[in-house]
Amino acid sequence: MQTTKVTCVICPVGCEIEVDHELVNGVETVKEVRNNKCPRGLKYASAEVVNPERVLTSTVRINGGEFARIPVKSEKPVPKSSLFECMKQIRQITVTSPVKMGDVIIPNVAGTGINIIATHNG
Amino acid sequence: MTMNVDVAVIGGGPAGLAAALECRKNGIENILIIERDKQLGGILNQCIHPGFGLHVFGEELTGPEYAQRYINMLAETDIKTLTDTMVLSLSPDKVIRAVNSELGIVEISAKAVILSMGCRERTRGMLRISGTRPSGIYTAGTAQRLVNIEGYMPGKNVVILGSGDIGLIMARRMTLEGAKVKGVYEIMPKSGGLRRNIVQCLDDFGIPLHLSKTAVEIHGRERVEGITVASVDENLAPIAGTEEYIECDTVLLSVGLIPENEVSRSAGIEIDPKTRGPVNNGNFSTSVPGVFACGNVLKVYDLVDNVTKDSVLAGKAAADYIKNN
Repeated sequence: MQTTKVTCVICPVGCEIEVDHELVNGVETVKEVRNNKCPRGLKYASAEVVNPERVLTSTVRINGGEFARIPVKSEKPVPKSSLFECMKQIRQITVTSPVKMGDVIIPNVAGTGINIIATHNG
Repeated sequence: MTMNVDVAVIGGGPAGLAAALECRKNGIENILIIERDKQLGGILNQCIHPGFGLHVFGEELTGPEYAQRYINMLAETDIKTLTDTMVLSLSPDKVIRAVNSELGIVEISAKAVILSMGCRERTRGMLRISGTRPSGIYTAGTAQRLVNIEGYMPGKNVVILGSGDIGLIMARRMTLEGAKVKGVYEIMPKSGGLRRNIVQCLDDFGIPLHLSKTAVEIHGRERVEGITVASVDENLAPIAGTEEYIECDTVLLSVGLIPENEVSRSAGIEIDPKTRGPVNNGNFSTSVPGVFACGNVLKVYDLVDNVTKDSVLAGKAAADYIKNN
């Protein structure tokens, strides 16, 4: 059994959560979570030990827009280990105005199954 | 050119947008928002990271999404906007002088004025760091605008001075865009940023945070070549013999924000020396009758949701003033 300390990043409170976990049949398995002040912390801290994830935000090039870039985000958190793979793909994309907030800019970014969407009209 | 309006809002960021919408909701018809950028939304547009809107919208949004939602609400009203327009001055009898490249000088007479110009960043000059004056020294917010809106990378080897949230956010952003962030140096014994930003912006990418250390000299003639940092004592004075040279081509400063009140001063509005914003005479009114202030121009907020909440109250107060005068 191993205990990992996780600082929750879900909200500005920043709970210092303790997670007990161990390998069960080769799979990292959460046994107990302590010191979280809300259920979102439980979910975050468990994922942080098993498969850490982050919402990725960036920008892509846009032609014909008011500015040179349009902001984007991953619709859901992507595995932390894939952040730079996702960035590689985001950097290669150019879109053309008009783009609306919520439009899918890159479907299934870096094979994660998650879409990159626009976060502003442009 | 001259214009007459009921309410003139100076600054189309989150404060100005919320205040203008609240005026409209309270029956004020002739409302004008004056914004110096080409788009509404203010600094939210360059804060592309998530963490906004949990209180106002009940969900976590990025800055541009928060801005776009207000821009969409505004588009459903008859509130007028002048973008790409700089306000030069405000007189105590509420006449605004503004300028843009299409109309030239514009004089706007208003029954009530809402000040929502936001704040600006402290600069190198205010820190009194010695050394040369090469290019490559930016405030974190300027770097953020360059990267996120204009599409330029300010540099490749970066040192960040000050651990305010914008500096931490930019450490991650520059790293994701391929720069090497060598470290964040904070003069205080503890970071000025949120703990979660230290985790997800620094720890996630192995960027070190050095506390009780500050810059004592910037090197380089044309371009930044390096920076000398030193540990500080309990009086925040650098300790001789602790200097360390770090090679870098870019220095980002994240060392605090100051309300932007040149326009307020031109109207003779009393400024609070502590907040550096207009004195709040109750209900967001300033010392000049009919002039209200809200958002970061009044005091620096941590959370945009709170800016919105207070600006709604300021908008209501301005609407009440017009009805009663």
